[in-house]
Amino acid sequence: MYLVYFVVTPNPMIEAHNLTKTFKDKKRGVITAVDNVSFTCRPGQIYGLLGANGAGKTTTLRLLATLLQPTTGTCVIAGHDTVRASEQVRAQVGFLAASTALYGRLTAREMITYFGELNGMGDDAIHARIKQLAGELDMHEFLDRRCDKFSTGMKQKTSIARTLVHDPAVMIFDEPTLGLDVMTARAIVKFVRRCRERGKTVIYSTHVMSEVEKLCDIIGIIHDGRLVTEGTLPQLRERYAEPDMEEIFVKAVGGEAAIAAALNR
Amino acid sequence: MNWQAILIVYLKELKDQLRDRRTIISTIVLPTVIMPVMMFGFGVVMTKIIKKAQDEGTNVMIVGSAGAPELIKALKADPKFRVVAETGDYQQRIADKKLRVALELPADFEAQVRVGQPATAAVLYYEGEIKSGIGARELEGFMQKYRTALVEGRLKERGLPLELTKPFELKRRNVAPPEKVGGATIGGFIPYIIIILCFSGAMYPAMDLTAGEKERGTMETLMCSPTSRINIVFGKFLTVLTASVATMVFAMISMAGTALIGGSLFAGKAAAMQSAAAKSASAGFMPTIDPAGMLGVFALVAPVAVFFAALLLTVSLFAKSYKEAQSYAGPLIIVVIIPAVFGLLPGIELSAKTALIPILNLSLVCKEMLSGTWNWPFIGLIFGSSCLYAAIGLAVCVKMFNREDVMFRA
Repeated sequence: MYLVYFVVTPNPMIEAHNLTKTFKDKKRGVITAVDNVSFTCRPGQIYGLLGANGAGKTTTLRLLATLLQPTTGTCVIAGHDTVRASEQVRAQVGFLAASTALYGRLTAREMITYFGELNGMGDDAIHARIKQLAGELDMHEFLDRRCDKFSTGMKQKTSIARTLVHDPAVMIFDEPTLGLDVMTARAIVKFVRRCRERGKTVIYSTHVMSEVEKLCDIIGIIHDGRLVTEGTLPQLRERYAEPDMEEIFVKAVGGEAAIAAALNR
Repeated sequence: MNWQAILIVYLKELKDQLRDRRTIISTIVLPTVIMPVMMFGFGVVMTKIIKKAQDEGTNVMIVGSAGAPELIKALKADPKFRVVAETGDYQQRIADKKLRVALELPADFEAQVRVGQPATAAVLYYEGEIKSGIGARELEGFMQKYRTALVEGRLKERGLPLELTKPFELKRRNVAPPEKVGGATIGGFIPYIIIILCFSGAMYPAMDLTAGEKERGTMETLMCSPTSRINIVFGKFLTVLTASVATMVFAMISMAGTALIGGSLFAGKAAAMQSAAAKSASAGFMPTIDPAGMLGVFALVAPVAVFFAALLLTVSLFAKSYKEAQSYAGPLIIVVIIPAVFGLLPGIELSAKTALIPILNLSLVCKEMLSGTWNWPFIGLIFGSSCLYAAIGLAVCVKMFNREDVMFRA
């Protein structure tokens, strides 16, 4: 039984072991933003990280993207340690968050080209890649306009193209549909799904329950820095005896009072 | 460190900065415009004021005029003076700036002088008031000439030679070559201007490339790229340095142009006016400077520019927002100016101690180099210490970029 499991499932692309991140704050003392979080994610899978604001989603993802270093614990992405081989990890990762903005004084094409160059790509490769991404994301119309004049949807599409210019094996999306209109949000969800079909490893954080239900293969619920539960949607439904994702979430984190308490902190 | 990656970051930042109006203003427009405005504006206003004061002539009141009709006649014949009617409130009128000077004479002044009794004439003026000061000098000059004429008249009457009052001649001769005079008069001023320009030129790009990027959210995007942070730091640093040097170069070109055009302009005006005061004013505009000294100044400014770029990057990297960065970098200007001003003070000379004080050492050695004195041991010491400070600044800057509590300061 175990043998079969290993043969059909590819090796994990992301392996997080006991990740913990603490910050020192002058007023509140030591804050544990991420508390002993472990999970794995395989190619062709979308791992959904679900949590309220301030639950520790963004910090976890920043640890994966090597922007922050874990206080304790380790993380291996595509065979590289995020602390010891951060450059190799970043070459395999595309990171998109609300906090990763565009250069307003560059055009979309210049923006994507810059990140292609930083990834060590040649001019021809960048040119071909931009053509491909602009087609998939329907960006041709605004490709040569400056980013500071873009609508939210145009910005998000450009950001996605920037994230994917080097064709990374791992994609980390931190609330990518936040503040977008329905049509653009749908286009982005569709795009993320296509990434899975191509065998990419995707981590997708959100607090929109419907997106989790539609998109994610494995769902991890994070609360107060801790990964409180993890499993496929059917597994979670069974575990909490609830069909609805929102109800599952509330039960998993310990009721509405726990959410309110965490938000007030 | 990967030079190709550094070049990629540098070229992108340069393009980005050239599209930023604030940077264009602070690195190109301001340094180009400020020199001509300062030199012409100041020059024109000063020349006008002096000319006006001379055209008007000095109004002078003679107190005790009844006793000196001959003196008054001579004074009235001089076009430089306008003699006004005598009133009792002359001291008040000088204070009110209605009257420039007054001449106080004893009631029987000329009678006393004729019989050879010692008499005292007093020139009344208002210290610190420019027009009154000029008037007092002119009146004194007139009175001295008048006295000499009286003495010479008396000697002639008695058939004595004029040399009796002048046993020897006294002359004053300048031995300083023109470039030394130039070095001393504007040699202190030039490094002072360069230091400020270097700093202000680096300020806006430094803030924009660090705190500005954090505020706009592009810093995190940049750090997601696989290139290592040291390449990012150096790319940004070179951009700031370029802006700093560009500011200086634009200012120097503009300054040289202004001096060339302005010099001939003022010389022409002065000749037309034919007045001593205007001539001396315009002569001050065109002191010659040793070109080799100018090259030396640039060589020594280079490590200081590096230091400024690193310092400003470090300080503004710490800030969360552009506004916060401004509140750190603004006061720094004063910190930089103070040692530069100290270098202008008389009596502060280059020594082994002052050669190690950043900025002050630059200010002092530039003054010397521009006047043609090359004190090689000190120049070496200053260049070396400046390079050391610059290297420390850069190292701290790289360290800051690697600190996540600085990069993600909430």
